[in-house]
Amino acid sequence: MKTLKIEELSKNFGSTEVLKKINLEIDEGNFLVLLGPSGCGKSTLLNIIAGLETINEGDVFIDDYNVSKVEPKDRNIAMVFQSYALYPSMNVKENMIFGLKQAKTSKEKIQEQLEKVSKFLQVDQLLERKPSQLSGGQRQRVAIGRALVREPRIFLFDEPLSNLDAKLRVEMRREIKKLHQQLKTTVVYVTHDQTEAMSLGTNIAIMNHGVIQQNDTPEKIYNKPSNTFVADFIGSPSMNLIKGILKENSGDLLFTVSGSNLEIPIKDYDFKDKSNLNNKEVFFGIRPEHIFFKKFNESDFEINLRADLSEYIGHEQIMTFDYANQEVLAKFPSTIKIDLGKETKLYFDLTQASLFDAQTEERI
Amino acid sequence: MQDSLKSSSYQQLEQKSKYTNIFLRWFLYFILILFASYFIFPLYVMVVTSLKTMEEIRQGTLLSWPSGLNLESWAVAWGGRGYGAGDTFLRPYFWNSIKMVVPAVFFSTFIGAMTGYVLTKWRFKGDQWVFLFLLFGCFIPFQAILLPMARTLGVLGISNSVIGLVLVHTVYGIPFTTLFFRNYYISVPTELVKAARIDGAGFFKIFFKILLPISAPIIVVTVIWQFTQIWNDFLFGSTFSFGEAAPIQVALNNMVLSSTSVKEYNVDMASAIIAGIPTLIVYVLAGKYFIRGLTSGAVKG
Repeated sequence: MKTLKIEELSKNFGSTEVLKKINLEIDEGNFLVLLGPSGCGKSTLLNIIAGLETINEGDVFIDDYNVSKVEPKDRNIAMVFQSYALYPSMNVKENMIFGLKQAKTSKEKIQEQLEKVSKFLQVDQLLERKPSQLSGGQRQRVAIGRALVREPRIFLFDEPLSNLDAKLRVEMRREIKKLHQQLKTTVVYVTHDQTEAMSLGTNIAIMNHGVIQQNDTPEKIYNKPSNTFVADFIGSPSMNLIKGILKENSGDLLFTVSGSNLEIPIKDYDFKDKSNLNNKEVFFGIRPEHIFFKKFNESDFEINLRADLSEYIGHEQIMTFDYANQEVLAKFPSTIKIDLGKETKLYFDLTQASLFDAQTEERI
Repeated sequence: MQDSLKSSSYQQLEQKSKYTNIFLRWFLYFILILFASYFIFPLYVMVVTSLKTMEEIRQGTLLSWPSGLNLESWAVAWGGRGYGAGDTFLRPYFWNSIKMVVPAVFFSTFIGAMTGYVLTKWRFKGDQWVFLFLLFGCFIPFQAILLPMARTLGVLGISNSVIGLVLVHTVYGIPFTTLFFRNYYISVPTELVKAARIDGAGFFKIFFKILLPISAPIIVVTVIWQFTQIWNDFLFGSTFSFGEAAPIQVALNNMVLSSTSVKEYNVDMASAIIAGIPTLIVYVLAGKYFIRGLTSGAVKG
């Protein structure tokens, strides 16, 4: 039984297709993050799961029960919004029990739930306050509390941290993580922040233009992106994508760039399909953090590149190198001194490299 | 040499700008006082005239101070002289106006809030068109609808009645009240409505429990606007009612125009002030909310 299952879901606003044949499954207790740039349809998908948007095609199942035409309140879900959406005229207590009251829960049960949740979230001192008298973090906590008291099957979070300042965001992120560890409720979480997605999710579904690009664990998303969009979207700075050609030379595979004699040997790469690799146009992908200034692993590949630009950002520096007229970025500790305009010895960790078909932009 | 020249010229400039500033400041006060007196002058004339006897009015000038606090003309304006036919006074019409203005303001405000709520939080296909046509209602000159309205009231059997006027004012208030509430509710985050829907609240519950409690500023604006419009209306009042059902503005007109003998300026002035007092009271009581409501922006949860 899947806690949440989405089948062949399509949604359009007028002639704009927002979601195209989405398929998605979540097991009990998992934390799924929907990640993508703005306008990719992630919020619409969340609203559809909540029942706040209608569906054009496809179905949504919660516990194998088709809820496509079920009212939001009967779906056994709770949602936390970006603007918190606390009812301004009600105090914290009234905000938290509003849903239970609508559901005609008994007074004793309401009181019990309220006490339990407000203690748990440390808002029991704030029960008589109005939302306008709370700080950002407190509002966030009350909003989560309002979702918790209902003991839903699935929690839906719609960019809940993007209204907070940077410091508080990191704090609340940890709290949400702890919350999930303790409660083990299934969560669907929408964000455009990759750090949030990486640190919170047990699964991440990366979306673009209404299509799920990759749905995987954070490790797989980071290490084995399934296409150039994912490779580019995750990581900061994002993965270097060097355009070139694969050459087969007496059994060995080499990556070359036209107009340059630089060659990178492709050994032990886990190809999906080993045929027709010779003369294939590809992107060679390597993350800035997998380029080193000295040899760390035996397999690291040595290469000489000219340093063009240095960006100092405190704990580290981002160096830009020239690779046959293509920019390659690398991340070094800021203590390393590298001269600009000179050839520098660099080491590529080839076990972390990715290759993408230049035409389809898919991983090969 | 050059330095001293420079510093002396700076001193001159400083001095000059000081005089200019003083002059401009006094000029500003002068203009403000001029405009303020321009606006206060008619009110002053009305109040002093209403406190004079006819004798004083004939002998004194327009601006002269009354001999004492003579409230007789106010009593006459409000309650009449006490002789039978032909004695017009404001009291019954004042109550007519109250009976008209209270329900008309209430219903038009309520309906406006409701339509504003639907147009912003329960969007439907073509809702912009509905809003556009409602806006159009704000620009229709009222003279243009007098005849069809008279016919409608006739068919409904409520012409020449306070109820008829309530209906007319409610209907013609809706475009304005809708505009007010729609513009207010559009700044209220729709996430509130979504949250309430997930919590299990329906259409009316969301309206009464979530939106209406945070609408105080715009309700004040709408009530003041509608109250002033309806209380001061003469056109609808004089067209759709006469005799005993007339509102106060119509009665005031009849009173001032129909006096057969001598023009009693003091009574006329007192009547005019009585007819204007309720709107003044509303402004004084709710004026600060009026400004606040007009300028208030998003409601932050």
